[in-house]
Amino acid sequence: MFELRRKLLKGGSVAALLSPLLGTGLLVPTSVLAADWNRPAFGTRNIGDALKAYGNANTASESPDIVISAPEIAENGAKVEIEITSNIENTRSLAIFADKNPMPLSAILEFSGPALPYARVQLKLAETTRVRAVVKTLDGKTHVAFREIKVTLGGCGG
Amino acid sequence: MGEQIKIRAQIKGDMTDIRILMQHPMETGQRKDDKGQTLAMHFIQTFTVSHNGKTMIEGQLNTSVSKNPLFAFKARGIKVGDKISVSWQDSAGDKRQDEIIVS
Repeated sequence: MFELRRKLLKGGSVAALLSPLLGTGLLVPTSVLAADWNRPAFGTRNIGDALKAYGNANTASESPDIVISAPEIAENGAKVEIEITSNIENTRSLAIFADKNPMPLSAILEFSGPALPYARVQLKLAETTRVRAVVKTLDGKTHVAFREIKVTLGGCGG
Repeated sequence: MGEQIKIRAQIKGDMTDIRILMQHPMETGQRKDDKGQTLAMHFIQTFTVSHNGKTMIEGQLNTSVSKNPLFAFKARGIKVGDKISVSWQDSAGDKRQDEIIVS
């Protein structure tokens, strides 16, 4: 149905024609439509499959233009701050994986308009793990960078 | 209805730092309470950051994001008087939206 909506909205002239539909809930203004949660990728329980489920991130090329800054040792795995900057041109999205977490994919962030490809997030890390940032560009290329974080006290159980 | 989303935007020349605090338990479904009962999974799944009504960041999160997570983003070309709004939706279908005017 989204496919159809896009086609319909391409012709601006039909917008007036469709406006009565807005009230029926058949057409929802784009601003309130959040991206659908990527259940297959988030629910996957090992890093290899999670990377594949996210979309060929297992074949991403390693890039020095993705900068991950994070503590080398995190005493408390319940809140580990990780800062990621992509210096790759036309970065569209950023995904963060913690290899050893029960569900490795932690977050997907998509940038548009004035937003720069930068994010600081707080993650739970179950144990000492490699964290990877996967960047997708507008032309469909995938890049990755890694960072090892030692965790003294895991943040998932309790 | 979740707790208020705290949004702060600080303009530094052409750049703006945006900080967003989403108050949410972000329950993994793996923790147990004092009585040994497993606490049900409950976490923010999607969020959107908009600038003057247009989406600029769309996020999807897993249970592995911390409780009451603080996010920081950067944007270019945001001006005083612009509106930044943030909304989230969690795994229980709960929603929250808040906005600020950049000063």
